[in-house]
Amino acid sequence: MSEVLMRIDGREVRAGDGMTVLQAARAAGIHIPTLCHHEKLEPFGACRMCMVEVEARGRKSYVVSCLYPVAKDLVVRTRSERVDKIRRVILEELLAHAPNSPELVELAREYRADRDRFDKDPSFCILCGLCVRYCAEVKQKNAVDFIERGALREISFIPEIAANECWDCQECFALCPTSYAQAAYFLTEALAFPGRRKESAPSA
Amino acid sequence: MTRLNSAAELEQLRASILSSRDPAKPCIAVCAGAACHGLDSSRVASAFQTEVGKLGADAGIEVRVTGCHGFCAKGPSVVVDPEGICYFEVKPEDVPEIIACTLKKEVVERLVYAHPGTGEKAVYIGEVPFYKHQTRLLIGDNTRIDPMRIDDYLALGGYGALAKALFQMTPDQVLDEVKKANLRGRGGGGFPAGLKWETAKNAPGKDKYVIVNAHEGEPGAFMDRALFTGNPHKVLEGLIIGAYAIGSHRGFIYTRHDAPQLIQHIEQALAQAQEYGLLGENILGSGFDFRVEVHYDVGIFVSGESSALMRSIEGLPPEPRPKYIRTSVAGIWDQPSNLNNVETWANVPQIISRGAQWYAGIGTAGSKGTKLVSLSGNVVNSGVVEVPMGTPLRTIVYDIGGGIPNGKAAKAVHFGGPMGGSIPANLIDAPLDFDELSRLGAPIGAGGLLVMDEDTDMVDVARYFLEFLTKESCGKCVPCREGMRQTLKVLTNITKGKGREGDIARLEDLNEVTGAACLCALGRTASDPLKSMLRYFKDEYETQIARGSEGKVAKVAGSAAT
Repeated sequence: MSEVLMRIDGREVRAGDGMTVLQAARAAGIHIPTLCHHEKLEPFGACRMCMVEVEARGRKSYVVSCLYPVAKDLVVRTRSERVDKIRRVILEELLAHAPNSPELVELAREYRADRDRFDKDPSFCILCGLCVRYCAEVKQKNAVDFIERGALREISFIPEIAANECWDCQECFALCPTSYAQAAYFLTEALAFPGRRKESAPSA
Repeated sequence: MTRLNSAAELEQLRASILSSRDPAKPCIAVCAGAACHGLDSSRVASAFQTEVGKLGADAGIEVRVTGCHGFCAKGPSVVVDPEGICYFEVKPEDVPEIIACTLKKEVVERLVYAHPGTGEKAVYIGEVPFYKHQTRLLIGDNTRIDPMRIDDYLALGGYGALAKALFQMTPDQVLDEVKKANLRGRGGGGFPAGLKWETAKNAPGKDKYVIVNAHEGEPGAFMDRALFTGNPHKVLEGLIIGAYAIGSHRGFIYTRHDAPQLIQHIEQALAQAQEYGLLGENILGSGFDFRVEVHYDVGIFVSGESSALMRSIEGLPPEPRPKYIRTSVAGIWDQPSNLNNVETWANVPQIISRGAQWYAGIGTAGSKGTKLVSLSGNVVNSGVVEVPMGTPLRTIVYDIGGGIPNGKAAKAVHFGGPMGGSIPANLIDAPLDFDELSRLGAPIGAGGLLVMDEDTDMVDVARYFLEFLTKESCGKCVPCREGMRQTLKVLTNITKGKGREGDIARLEDLNEVTGAACLCALGRTASDPLKSMLRYFKDEYETQIARGSEGKVAKVAGSAAT
């Protein structure tokens, strides 16, 4: 694989052609926050926390680093007033749903996000899609998926699939930044197929 | 129908169609466009057909059911050719009188246009104020075409541009002509179509696709539907010419599943073009192959966004994907895919037949040709309008639109629907120009023009548009889904008299992040109406917020937008 030379936060970084900016930054030990990214999954580009400022051929733009391809002479800034503001407002929007998610609370501290900025709407799920994509891409079961659209979008376990597939898996629980995946699963279980439990799970 | 194997055979067919028609024979065109259809124009049309049927085979009069005539406010609309006599608000009871007068070469005075203020009458299409200030290059043929009959289109010179492109021009010359004409995309972005075509043409890829975006979905936009339903072959001819220039052999028409008349006309047009050999293998014997499929949306506005549309054609949910690689390079199945809107494609045949120089002579320095505008809201004459680029908005709203009803004053004009913007009435002399209106904060978008009178509540207008978009976003990315959700909450609170201190700052932060961080164009422009309102009508927002805890005085809601 050929390499390109670029700059991230003032540092010269060598990156493999075909890498994303996020991969290049992480390989160089430069931290960019993410909520919907997972190494085992296809980049999703939904949380927008990994937005960075890039400059190519004199033009400045804001892109999501998890999807933006590296290029020769690209200049990347992972922090700037505007980048921080985007991350702060996104966190404030998500904290309206999951005000006590440890991951969000920690990021909120770094970006000085006010968790009371917007009206609370405690749905607990931030729709990062980690559970949905892990189930589809790694487990290839599609037991949990998005339903509805726009502001009504939510995740839902599909009872017909979940009843057969989830009881000895539940690997998505650990990925969830808010524990909502677990809650949604057990709600589905209680309503649609009560009693089918993973052996090691605590009994109800 | 016989298959045509050369340009000469096309011209022979055209000559035989024309020789079988008597240009002096009266033809009654009954509008079956969406608005007239809603006003029961089908009953008017069948009354005409029954009455003419009674006269026998030699009636000396023809009835044609056509697409939208344009003047929606006064429907059902009837135009009697060859003179172009216009009758408005025609009822089935009026039909015998119209036929009797037409046969006697007389005019039914009581059904012609009368100016609501002066009472001055206008008989002919060139005299009616709504029509006389327009330049109807694209929509003007609608009164002369039964969209279900390809012969009507051929009689007007249809597919002549395709024959010219295939037999007298190379693909590069066609591309060059479109570039020289500086045709800019009519779907919203105003991106030069020729450059987009060139990118797709030069991009590596085994298969290349061309697509008509006929997914018109925002409130206040109805011009593409009027054009495509009324004259499907014009769009199709443009698409085939584009495919030839780009080197594509497969095209898609992506449209709404819920427009039965449009679907029927598209399918009929494809079938008839195929039978004549204007579509399919070896078009007109030129050796060029091109076929077209129709795809329907799944009932969500965001599927009109280019990358979402392409995913939908692939059979996936219509969620936009980031376009760090353009769809003209990697679109449907990662192949080069050139997407243009209905009106953009419809402009292509005339550019080829009349030349780029002629085309570039219409309009302004940066915006060429004519533009279709859906005129609605607080305006006397609503309908589909076509004017040269550069026309002052005042001409559209006052000369064509007849001004504001009920003696009210205009407050604002809004362009581009839920992703556009509002400018105050004192800027109404601004020209219809992509760049100029963008600079003012009311980008043309697809061309929906909403007029708002002095009673309009600008907070409620922004709230209305956001309510639409919150339901029509796919919900994938945070700043779109959550940004709109929170913006809508703040605006709803303000309209309910529950505004709080800091609301303006909250709105401005949300606008900035939504505009900068969203994945697709829907999200990035969702905050545009509100941005334009905070630019021009901030005092109105501040007043309503200040009224907050006192509770708001009863007020007239934004009638223009609802």
